[in-house]
Amino acid sequence: MIDFSRNHFELFGLPARYRVDPDALDAAYRSLQSEVHPDRFARGSDAERRLALQASARVNEAYRMLKDPVQRAQYLLGLNGVDAAGETDTQLPIEFLERQLERREAAGEALAAGDERTLSSLREAVRGEARQIEDHLAQALDNGADYAAARPRVRELTFLSKLAADIGAMSSSLD
Amino acid sequence: MALLQISEPGEAPAPHAWKRAVGIDLGTTNSLVATVRHGLAVVLPDPEGRPLVPSIVRYGEGGVDVGYLAMAKQAADPQNTIVSVKRLMGRGLGDLDDDRRFPYRFVDTPGMVRIATRSGVKSPVEISADLLKSLRGRAEASLGGAIDGAVVTVPAYFDDAQRQATKDAAKLAGLPILRLLNEPTAAAIAYGLDNAAEGVYAVYDLGGGTFDISILRLSKGVFEVLATNGDSALGGDDFDHRVFCWIIEAAKLPPLSPADARLLLVKSRVAKENLSDHDDAAILATLSDGTKVDVLLTRPIFTEITKNLVSKTMRPVKRALRDAKMSPGDIKGVVLVGGATRMPQVRRAVAEHFGQPPLTNLNPDEVVALGAAIQANKLVGNRERNDDWLLLDVIPLSLGIETMGGLTEKIIARNSTIPVARAQEFTTFKDGQTAMAIHVVQGERERVADCRSLGRFELHGIPPMVAGAARIRVTFEVDADGLLEVGAREQTTGVAAAITVKPSYGLSDGEIARMLSDSFAHAADDMQARALAEAQVEADRIVEATRAALAADGDLVDGPERAAIGAALAHVSQARAGSDHLALRAAVEALNRATADFAGRRMDRGVARALAGKRIDALSD
Repeated sequence: MIDFSRNHFELFGLPARYRVDPDALDAAYRSLQSEVHPDRFARGSDAERRLALQASARVNEAYRMLKDPVQRAQYLLGLNGVDAAGETDTQLPIEFLERQLERREAAGEALAAGDERTLSSLREAVRGEARQIEDHLAQALDNGADYAAARPRVRELTFLSKLAADIGAMSSSLD
Repeated sequence: MALLQISEPGEAPAPHAWKRAVGIDLGTTNSLVATVRHGLAVVLPDPEGRPLVPSIVRYGEGGVDVGYLAMAKQAADPQNTIVSVKRLMGRGLGDLDDDRRFPYRFVDTPGMVRIATRSGVKSPVEISADLLKSLRGRAEASLGGAIDGAVVTVPAYFDDAQRQATKDAAKLAGLPILRLLNEPTAAAIAYGLDNAAEGVYAVYDLGGGTFDISILRLSKGVFEVLATNGDSALGGDDFDHRVFCWIIEAAKLPPLSPADARLLLVKSRVAKENLSDHDDAAILATLSDGTKVDVLLTRPIFTEITKNLVSKTMRPVKRALRDAKMSPGDIKGVVLVGGATRMPQVRRAVAEHFGQPPLTNLNPDEVVALGAAIQANKLVGNRERNDDWLLLDVIPLSLGIETMGGLTEKIIARNSTIPVARAQEFTTFKDGQTAMAIHVVQGERERVADCRSLGRFELHGIPPMVAGAARIRVTFEVDADGLLEVGAREQTTGVAAAITVKPSYGLSDGEIARMLSDSFAHAADDMQARALAEAQVEADRIVEATRAALAADGDLVDGPERAAIGAALAHVSQARAGSDHLALRAAVEALNRATADFAGRRMDRGVARALAGKRIDALSD
């Protein structure tokens, strides 16, 4: 059985850092799935099939979290005793919020006008800002190991990811 | 020169019997059964050499007709001849956007719709089971014995109710079902293995009644579905129907009888098919009152009247690409699946959207069944060259529960790789609330009313607390078939409730039992015989799995445990020789318990092996 006390990084044999080598992650993921996936146990005993389902789901969940820059940041902070997934407290900087509010309004107008091009350029802008934060986090976490100080930036990153998803949903509704 | 056979640790040891494995494409219009023979996937034809079975079931005076026999009588007996039953799977009468299109006598029962036929009221599951029985018979005759394992395909965009209905139909037909496989994924397996493809591919699958688009990454033997989308009520049937409406208008026909309507629908389909190779198609028919229909459908008219249908497929295409974070230019190839992709206007639209001509070197009618056969062959344990591949599929629609105000709280997002398990905590709304109703829904919309209801269950016995104090943990688990199981537990007391999501549109276990007993109505002995046969198949499977496990990883078992497993094995063999299916089931259960810890250690070893990077590719003979 997969040791559930092992954290996601350990599960894939990767160092618990924000920068993750995507090729190493993919390779470890595939290698693990080819050992534990239910397809390998289609004719196995009930216990084997049950275990394979649980183990494979666990590997998928760990992969999903480590693959995503936002969830990976939250998870890494969580491992180091800093809760960054909660929705409450800490005000985000006013200028950050204003910038996103403007984008959201612009997206609303673009949606009303059926302007797909503006929507995707807004989403690209949000993603660009998110990438800058990711670079910053990689520095602060992997070189400085300052998890508590990184918390507000992770909150911003979470905010941007939600905004990008919302704009994406607007684009979808135009299809 | 004799070579020593070396099997990879964890795989079955070399000496084992060849298993009869089949892949079944249960289509809206046509169905097929395929198998792998001498390393090659082949469709199993009927004695006349015809590969397809029209998905038509007729409940006639003398019994059940399936396929061409039923097809020949459809216009004469439309109310007892069921076509396109796939469109009704897991659906209630209220779900059918235009039930007048179907000339059947519907019975509006709670849950799944039923049809009154000459042989009694039938559910879509029973009708599909009759189709599957016919395919099973063909396969058994061709392979010379009982099927050991089957993979049945479903549209990728099928929701939980539709998948459950398909699995129930397979069980009802007596098929040992190993897996439900998504149709576009099946096609990708057949195409990818055949062409040693690497890169990101799109599979555009327009069948008789369903449309799927899947984006997959093929890399080093891994088939990873990145995103899927579709419309489970859009297919070639709809193109027929547009032609049908056009004929009525062009020939200025009055409202038609069911028999005349079926006749013209058949003519519409023939005309559609002709237009794939010709510039126009003459439609000639004589109605029951002697009216002559004589109209000419040209390609431009056909393209014009079906323009909306073609563009309706492009919305899911765009969404799937967006979810996969890909643009059309990232797609290395587009595989076309489904007979409806033979229409030139469809090919043109696909080519335009992806900026490249689609791949058409595979038979779009057969590729899904072939892929299913390849997977069935692998799952059943037959070793082949190049079978070291892995399939990672996704769930097509988000799963969630209803929260206050009729809103949906998503628990598992669409396009999550399966299997997937996730939990979320909820709390009580009122002081002293001791029960909680949990309504499970599937879909992308915010409001519950716009999503599909999968089932409701209740958690009772929550200790009275102030509102918001109870902590109810709801767990969602989706298996490799894409089927959901939901459980709930109050965390402070441990009160638990669990359901397999079936109630809303599926069949209850009681209903399946009734259907099974109906099909063996006149002979209780048959029921016993079937129960025993099923228990024996299960026992053989477990015994073989246990022996294979011991052969591969016997060093993980110490003396006393090995003795206990040995005793349990002996007990199963003894019960296997008898005729008491309950005793056999009990012995199998005991063997399962005796090997549970061993199974856990084997899984551990697999994980350790994966991490050590020492996975050795199978040495084939």
